[in-house]
Amino acid sequence: MEEKLRAVLVIGGGIAGIQAALDLGDMGIKVHLVEKKPSIGGRMAQLDKTFPTNDCSICILAPKLADCFRHSNITLHTLSEVKEVTGQMGDFSVKLHKYARFVNEEKCVNCGECAAKCPVKVPDEFDMGLRKREVIYPYYLQGVPAVMTIDRENCLYLTRGVCRICEKFCTREAIDFEQKDTDVMLNVGAIIAATGFDPYDPSGIPQYGYKRYRNVILSLECERLMCASGPTGGHLLRPSDNKPAEKIAFVQCVGSRDFKNNRYCSSVCCMHATKEAMLAYEHDHKVKSCIFYMDLRAAGKGFQEYVARGEQEYNISYIRGRVAKITEDHDENPIVWYEETQSSKTNKMTADLAVLATSLMPRKDVKELAKVLGVELDEYNFFKTDPLNPLDTTRPGIFVCGCCREPTDIPESVAQASGAAERAAETVMR
Amino acid sequence: MNEVRVGVFVCHCGTNIGGFLDVPGLAKYALSLPNVVFAKDNQYTCSEAGLTEIKNAIAENKLNRVVVASCTPRTHEPLFRSICKDAGLNPYLFQFVNIRDQCSWVHMQERERATEKAKALIRMGVARAVLLEPLEETEIEVNPCALVIGGGIAGMTCALSLANRGFEVKLVEKEDRLGGTLNSLYKLYPANEEASKLVQDKTKKVKNNPNIEVLTSSEVKEVEGFIGNYDVTVRQGEKERLFKAGVIIVATGAETLKPMGMYGYDGENVVTHMELERMLKEGRLNADMVVMIQCVGSRNEKRVYCSKVCCPTALKNAILIKEAKPNAQVFVLYRDMVTPGTKYEDYYGKARETGITFIKYSPERKPVVENGSVRVYDELLGEELVLPYDLVVLSTPMVAHRNSTDLAQKLKVPVDENGFFLEAHVKLRPVDFATDGIYVCGCAHWPANIGESISQAYGAASRASIPMSVGRVKTEPLIPVIDEDECSGCGLCELTCPFKAIQVEETEKGRKAKVIAASCKGCGACGAGCPQRAITMRHFTDEQLVAQVIALAEVTH
Repeated sequence: MEEKLRAVLVIGGGIAGIQAALDLGDMGIKVHLVEKKPSIGGRMAQLDKTFPTNDCSICILAPKLADCFRHSNITLHTLSEVKEVTGQMGDFSVKLHKYARFVNEEKCVNCGECAAKCPVKVPDEFDMGLRKREVIYPYYLQGVPAVMTIDRENCLYLTRGVCRICEKFCTREAIDFEQKDTDVMLNVGAIIAATGFDPYDPSGIPQYGYKRYRNVILSLECERLMCASGPTGGHLLRPSDNKPAEKIAFVQCVGSRDFKNNRYCSSVCCMHATKEAMLAYEHDHKVKSCIFYMDLRAAGKGFQEYVARGEQEYNISYIRGRVAKITEDHDENPIVWYEETQSSKTNKMTADLAVLATSLMPRKDVKELAKVLGVELDEYNFFKTDPLNPLDTTRPGIFVCGCCREPTDIPESVAQASGAAERAAETVMR
Repeated sequence: MNEVRVGVFVCHCGTNIGGFLDVPGLAKYALSLPNVVFAKDNQYTCSEAGLTEIKNAIAENKLNRVVVASCTPRTHEPLFRSICKDAGLNPYLFQFVNIRDQCSWVHMQERERATEKAKALIRMGVARAVLLEPLEETEIEVNPCALVIGGGIAGMTCALSLANRGFEVKLVEKEDRLGGTLNSLYKLYPANEEASKLVQDKTKKVKNNPNIEVLTSSEVKEVEGFIGNYDVTVRQGEKERLFKAGVIIVATGAETLKPMGMYGYDGENVVTHMELERMLKEGRLNADMVVMIQCVGSRNEKRVYCSKVCCPTALKNAILIKEAKPNAQVFVLYRDMVTPGTKYEDYYGKARETGITFIKYSPERKPVVENGSVRVYDELLGEELVLPYDLVVLSTPMVAHRNSTDLAQKLKVPVDENGFFLEAHVKLRPVDFATDGIYVCGCAHWPANIGESISQAYGAASRASIPMSVGRVKTEPLIPVIDEDECSGCGLCELTCPFKAIQVEETEKGRKAKVIAASCKGCGACGAGCPQRAITMRHFTDEQLVAQVIALAEVTH
């Protein structure tokens, strides 16, 4: 029976895709795990800590990254995209486009000598643009595979034909400008989509002043600022003057529960705002946080207790009221204008930093992927599922888990990932 | 290979450790310790680069002991052990030293003293590493049969999936029919499917599946054994059934709280949503003014949690009432509307469009149900309202099943403070128990809607299928060894063991303790309690522990 087993394709190397791949691999099923970025890890790798236990995110994720890398049944395809899917459940042909890394993965030991010499600096995507990186770079410090990558968009040699300094300084001859993009053909019995989310770009709500005011930031930016391996070494410093932020306004439902943007609720923001406020206080006991919310949605295991602890022990105030606008004073302090609904009064609060809890949206390129996969999306462009078949897409043999089907927290994503693995196993073992 | 050659790797963990301790200094210090022939600091020892360094150092320096001073064995020991194994070193010759949780995190403000403490911890680790002995894992066979406890939507989904993959399933349900909570429901949100139709479809599939044996009116009486080899006794009326199972899935669901003595609950004019569903199902709802009250018996001091499913349930029933009687007035008194995700927020919108009135109340000024009317202080309006009613519906939380603690004891798995089953890791192992071979899904774990229960059921099936697919599991060799000459057969160890992994048996030499390796979790309670000192914990021998204490007492260089 075993020889007949077909492999499974997992698209997306975040926590959902990783868990699905690990479950299938552990069952003895071959897995191709495809990730567009240079390393797996996804959004969870960008988080500082996780609610409601405040476990260090990368610390609990890293062993899974290593497990994936070393698993004899899992083949990683980083810097790769799915371009074509034909066939049907039980027998899909998949064309992957694998972008050249221009670094030999076997030879590179991630020593960083090349990056130290690279003359070009660009905003670092993993650190949400809060730091500059070189053009030859590790996607992030704990990334897997742990090798450097050359960013083809910005490399002087690849764009203008001059430089090659990295090549000169690499003692292991790992730089390979001759590398070409390749197409890889795979035959798989089932496919799991686990492509995750992108944060909503709040430029669509100009009254919040994101990008206009330097001290108005996104939650994901806040995570990077608080992370020990982030751009400020774990100090929550305001971008305008690098001073510690002591009064922080957390603005909820930015782009969510909003008829002009996304009508849906992003599910995780009440909790991550609470977490970020708690961590800010842990870093510095002078911190006072106010969370401006509409309905407090703390329904998971231990969540109400977490919120109560936030109020009692971490100097957090929860203010029910939608923020109307954010302005700024002459010291670049954000001023948050809101209606305190309990008293029906309009009010304003001056803070050192405002953190926008932006909605979780489908990845920007999800429509193309849906087209390639031949599956339907829902009205918000999440993968369409039916409540009674929550892990099945509209095409038999293609399953879905995590935030690309609906905004979901980590435990639910992991449970769904195992569930999608089960659905895929049912298909290939039949 | 007689010479002990220790390699020490000290991790910066970015700035988690490196920001607070002198990590290069620690590596240098480690090199000065007896038997240490190699020491190095790494940015991230657990990264691929760090792991490669360990592997290379083992080969190049002929290391036969590896010490990593970094974070915690809870998350990283399996990884470092397997790296040692890959490099040809017995994985039990690896020693962990936790200088993050026990040092840099707790002594952030005291760099020098924290560094001194880290030195002491490393010194202790090295002293123990020198005395470590190679140990071998043993393999046990896994019976390809799953016991699924609970025949609701979670249990049925899980059973069907495993059966479709060719595993044998015993599905045990305490009621006389399958369906669980679904049997009490009318329609399901958000798509308005008939609950009874879902039950019929699933029941039919389960009953027609040759790999599933359904045991209704049955309860699990006893479970003995360990992963791969459970002996299960099920009581079915007067009869008892015995069978073997390799894995166990807990899908026993939850109950809803009966609001006795709250808001004038009488089961007639003041009812629960479950009772309302029955009225709707039987078409005997006769009320034009309906007031629903949320968070009845939840989010209070006694029961802190939010039960998650009650807001969508209230929306569903409110909409159903409006559909049946467009002129009816429905008020929902809530604290926070909990309608997360893409589907439920729309559902909330639909309810508002249907003309249902939502009134926010605060726990400080709860609604009061009086004869014929409900008084409520509308927080947003800032006024007290009096709402006449024909029917009051109370949203009560899901509470742990009354038998959950009893079942937990039989399975030797934990429950949380609310009586729900407690998973192995709240983030990354949501459907596993810490005990291998036992899994959980659906409302037994935490209030969940049907979609979540189904997802989790597939998830638990996946996890449970892993040992069955492989057909065998490895057991850790960290188990006690009994010195039969010293053992007096007193049985204290058997009483102490929380995992039923040690028992006293009659032998030729009299009553002697015997270890059941596959059940043992290596906690060491038996060894600590043995009055005869007849029990030695492998990997945690007295000699190794004493060496650590002596190393601690040494003055820092």
